[in-house]
Amino acid sequence: MVRLEPRRQHSQAMVYLSPVLAILMTLFVGGIIFSFMGKNPFDALYTFFILPINNSYGISELFVKATPLVIIAIGLSMGFRANVWNIGAEGQLTMGAIFGGGLALYFYDSESMFLLPAMFVLGAIGGAFWGGIPALLRTRFNANEILTSLMLTYVATLFLSFLVHGPWRNPEGFNFPESRPFPDAGLLPVIYDGTRVHLGTAFAVLVVIAGWILLSKSVIGFQLRVVGKAPQAARHVGFRQKRMVWFTLLLGGALSGLAGLFEVAGPIGQLQPAISPGYGFTAIIVAFLGRLHPLGILFGGLIMALTYLGGELAQITLGLPNAVTGLFQGILLFFLLACDVLTKYRVRFGTPAAKGEAA
Amino acid sequence: MTGGSKPAQLEVRGVTKAFPGCLANDDISFRIEPGEIHALLGENGAGKSTLVKIIYGVLQADQGDLLWEGKPVTIHSPHDAREMGVGLVFQHFSLFETMTVLENIALAMNDVRDMAALRQQVIEVEKTYGLPLDPDRHVYTLSVGERQRIEIVRCLLQNPKLLILDEPTSVLTPQEVEKLFETLRRLADEGCAILYISHKLHEVKALCQKATVLRGGKVVGGCDPREETAKSMAEMMIGQKLTAPDRSGTRKFGDVRLDISDLSLISDEQFGTDLKGIGLKVRGGEIMGVAGVAGNGQNELFQALAGETEIIGTPDCIKIDGDPVAHFGPRRRRRLGAAFVPEERNGHGAVPDMSLSENGFLTAFRRMALSARGLIREVPTRSFADKIIKTFDVRTTGASAEAGSLSGGNLQKFIVGREILQDPGVLVISQPTWGVDAGAASAIHQALLDLAAKGTAVLVISQDLDEIFAICDQVVVMSEGKMSAPRPMADVSVEEIGLLMGGLHDLDGDVTLKTKELIEGDRVGQA
Amino acid sequence: MDWLIPLILTVITASTPLLLASTGELITEKSGVLNLGVEGMMLVGAISGFAVTATSGSAILGILAAIIAGMLMSLIFAFLTLTLMANQVATGLALTIFGVGFSALVGSGFVGFAIEPLPGLHIPLLTDIPLVGEILFGQDFLVYLSIVMVIAVGFFLSRTRGGLILKAVGDSHHSAHAIGYSVIKIRYMATMFGGAMAGLAGAYLSLSYTPMWAENMTAGRGWIALALVVFATWRPGRLLAGAYMFGLISVLQLHAQSAGVHVPSQFMSMLPYLATVIVLVIISSDRAKIRLNAPACIGQAFRPAQ
Repeated sequence: MVRLEPRRQHSQAMVYLSPVLAILMTLFVGGIIFSFMGKNPFDALYTFFILPINNSYGISELFVKATPLVIIAIGLSMGFRANVWNIGAEGQLTMGAIFGGGLALYFYDSESMFLLPAMFVLGAIGGAFWGGIPALLRTRFNANEILTSLMLTYVATLFLSFLVHGPWRNPEGFNFPESRPFPDAGLLPVIYDGTRVHLGTAFAVLVVIAGWILLSKSVIGFQLRVVGKAPQAARHVGFRQKRMVWFTLLLGGALSGLAGLFEVAGPIGQLQPAISPGYGFTAIIVAFLGRLHPLGILFGGLIMALTYLGGELAQITLGLPNAVTGLFQGILLFFLLACDVLTKYRVRFGTPAAKGEAA
Repeated sequence: MTGGSKPAQLEVRGVTKAFPGCLANDDISFRIEPGEIHALLGENGAGKSTLVKIIYGVLQADQGDLLWEGKPVTIHSPHDAREMGVGLVFQHFSLFETMTVLENIALAMNDVRDMAALRQQVIEVEKTYGLPLDPDRHVYTLSVGERQRIEIVRCLLQNPKLLILDEPTSVLTPQEVEKLFETLRRLADEGCAILYISHKLHEVKALCQKATVLRGGKVVGGCDPREETAKSMAEMMIGQKLTAPDRSGTRKFGDVRLDISDLSLISDEQFGTDLKGIGLKVRGGEIMGVAGVAGNGQNELFQALAGETEIIGTPDCIKIDGDPVAHFGPRRRRRLGAAFVPEERNGHGAVPDMSLSENGFLTAFRRMALSARGLIREVPTRSFADKIIKTFDVRTTGASAEAGSLSGGNLQKFIVGREILQDPGVLVISQPTWGVDAGAASAIHQALLDLAAKGTAVLVISQDLDEIFAICDQVVVMSEGKMSAPRPMADVSVEEIGLLMGGLHDLDGDVTLKTKELIEGDRVGQA
Repeated sequence: MDWLIPLILTVITASTPLLLASTGELITEKSGVLNLGVEGMMLVGAISGFAVTATSGSAILGILAAIIAGMLMSLIFAFLTLTLMANQVATGLALTIFGVGFSALVGSGFVGFAIEPLPGLHIPLLTDIPLVGEILFGQDFLVYLSIVMVIAVGFFLSRTRGGLILKAVGDSHHSAHAIGYSVIKIRYMATMFGGAMAGLAGAYLSLSYTPMWAENMTAGRGWIALALVVFATWRPGRLLAGAYMFGLISVLQLHAQSAGVHVPSQFMSMLPYLATVIVLVIISSDRAKIRLNAPACIGQAFRPAQ
């Protein structure tokens, strides 16, 4: 008989071990799924997780994919810490791309060095605007931010579709639903020649460091944690929950917006109907994989980026459907949540000490 | 007693129950005869609640037997217990706020019967035992006393042979307690055995014929409470001689430091109590007690004083050292020298998942300068926690231990210590020793007395009259959101406070006459 | 009148999946469990129903498969949140992410398949009544089932002891445990009922609404179903009204366009999502009402205290 026994104190070892355990279990289950699909599990896992990064270009692509994931996940993790469940990062990313990208399209023949910084600002504003709506609705009208932020994602995606099919369609573009390409002054410089690693990647590293200071060292980060762990204690000492809702949704929105802008001003170079393969949703997993800690998120982002690369490669070389990526991500999140129990509880075998209902 | 003609209603034989890290019940044995009122005495953590849960089938013993009318029984669930004839009145009521009285009763009945018949039975039992209740009222509209009545009625409906009451009087006024006792005596006369769990020794003395005393999970003795004094039983419970708090030295009161005037407030809680024109002045050096039955506005008062509820528009209704603060949040009030300790430790006074270091930072970061330029200063934060731990003898592995890993008494010492070390001018503390062992309780009482001696105005909100009599200089009573006029501790009796708790707001003039009238009125009401 | 009957018919088909899924979630939430994975459970139900129907040729088998698939999905959720006490919000999201991936993977082999849509009833005479005949008596049986289920749930909650116990568990799990109810077991059952209904809702989409499989074909309906439960303040009667109101909004765009309203299609497509936000805002701002009707323990993990 297996039962759970509460620990007096959270296990520090398990805090680090449980994500590793979750990854191993995901690989194991992944192998089983591959063999069900008639593939050699070891070949498939190799293709999925090793082959994409066995050369330097592959590694650089890993950074490219990890960049938006890390930036968004840092923002989301602040919210999750404070019990603010922003799951609309995909929409905030889209709005950031629309705002910042719109500027690039308006000045499509600009050569100004100020264009790019101005796009950054507008991208962040666009994302923060889209994140601010659920914040307003939650603080003012008590509306659940999970549902509102998600609904707004559908709205943002449709709005982008409208723009690139309509007013922002490239007049010289053979009627494809795409905008003009951004001018060079509106493109992110590549920071490592021969790759697609762009300025945004450097920014992501900065965000990690800033996020770490904010969360672990600052009074605001302390407030976030108290609001999330013990709302009544927060109220008792005057840490205002509403302020945290605003702060985390605006921050999460701004970072998602920036990530979206980096995508369109970086690897993509224009606006098109699909600008993200679900980075905004995957970032939720990244945040949990990183245990809502900025440094953990950095690693989590790299691992999830690998599932994207592996998925693409598996599609090309093994003929596996792209959906395998999403499946892996979901399974990983399940195992992460399941392994989380180990930080608070010990698993014991034998006769129960207490009559546990769940046994 | 043993091998007598009639078997005991319940005999507990060598019951042992272990939880991770603690032996809650260690070889416990005792017996209850039919018609006997038997007290189970012990401090918090002595193992009383665990034993009750075993008898009621919520938990299973690791070792030992239960004998019901002489036969060994295994009680797998509360359902089984009720089937046998065990009724339990819970310490923290097991009621559902948004449901009606009748629905609540139906949920705790084993056999499904139709609601109309049940309603009839409920009304009959109420009549028989004088426990008036409207079956269609929603629980959230009821007072604490009425809620307890639901629990009792639903036990009585099952014709129990053993009725267990777990700390039933902690929420009642002294007059309500007397009424409860009448009901219990009557039940006992009818042959029902009663297991009465309490740490209130006066009550045990007045009600019970036998007592079993638990300490640290073990039976440490038995007695006839009628032949003992409260003091002797207390010493059995605690295992050492009692020392009263040191109140030596003449108390000098200074200027008014906490000034509450005409404080009215609509509660924003779903089932809360509105405050109505509260007025109170607490001077430096004075300990003011706020007595009252739970749910009469004490939580709302605490929240209003601590700034959890801000009162916009009338800043003057709360003043700290002369400064109007009612419109301020907690942080600005604390900056003016006020400190607050809420009733609930876990999740309100402290964050259980955070370290003691961080919990020290929680309320003290401004006053103790533990932050600079928006960042946490690690070293002073840690040494502040270390200082609390050392000064107040908090038993823990160190400042990085999580608050949730401490025992109730130690965490309470940490929280009280955290506020006292900030050298507050005004301290508002709610239920300072609720659920705390005797050692920690007397340490906390002493710390409050010492703090007042240094010139702090202390407001103690407590349901425990013994506590109020032990440390306070004056007392006010809250009832239905209103507050009585303050009375010096020296010339007020438990009975008077009891009457005030029951809703009489003015004790000036001929007290004895009014008391008499009230009691008489009560009798008439019962008949 | 020519346009009215087709409009009513499309409203019914658009409302039915919402009604099925939200009826299930209502029971789940009444027990104190917040399962945000409705979207994922619907998708897995949709592909399971479609795949089994397409390979076996039997819609009944397909529907059963969808119900079982939905229940299995909810079982994953229940195990994680009830047994392992994982965070319900995060686990619900995981369920949706998993469901999207899993259904897309299984469904990749079924894109472009065609099946017979579920047949509508045909009761001689009744169905042939002009105007109302087809609306009242010509639907497929899932439509009737959805209405029967919401009425049954309403009866269960307000009139039966089982309903009383379910509400008690959602209201105060500690009290329910103390008087001897098995909180975890009851929540398992409520969660699985929610899963079964979500699976059924998915099957309705892939077998009747659009008899085909497409990735992400639920298009947020699972989330709208969640919002509907809040909209209905956990009351089945209002759920029925709400589902049909949303059905109306979501088909209005098609009819508006054919009626010559010149708004870009994307804006029309936004309507259901915007309506969800607006409805949530209106209902949620009445805090007292939400607090009185919402199960007090919703989303909280339960571990019996010692």
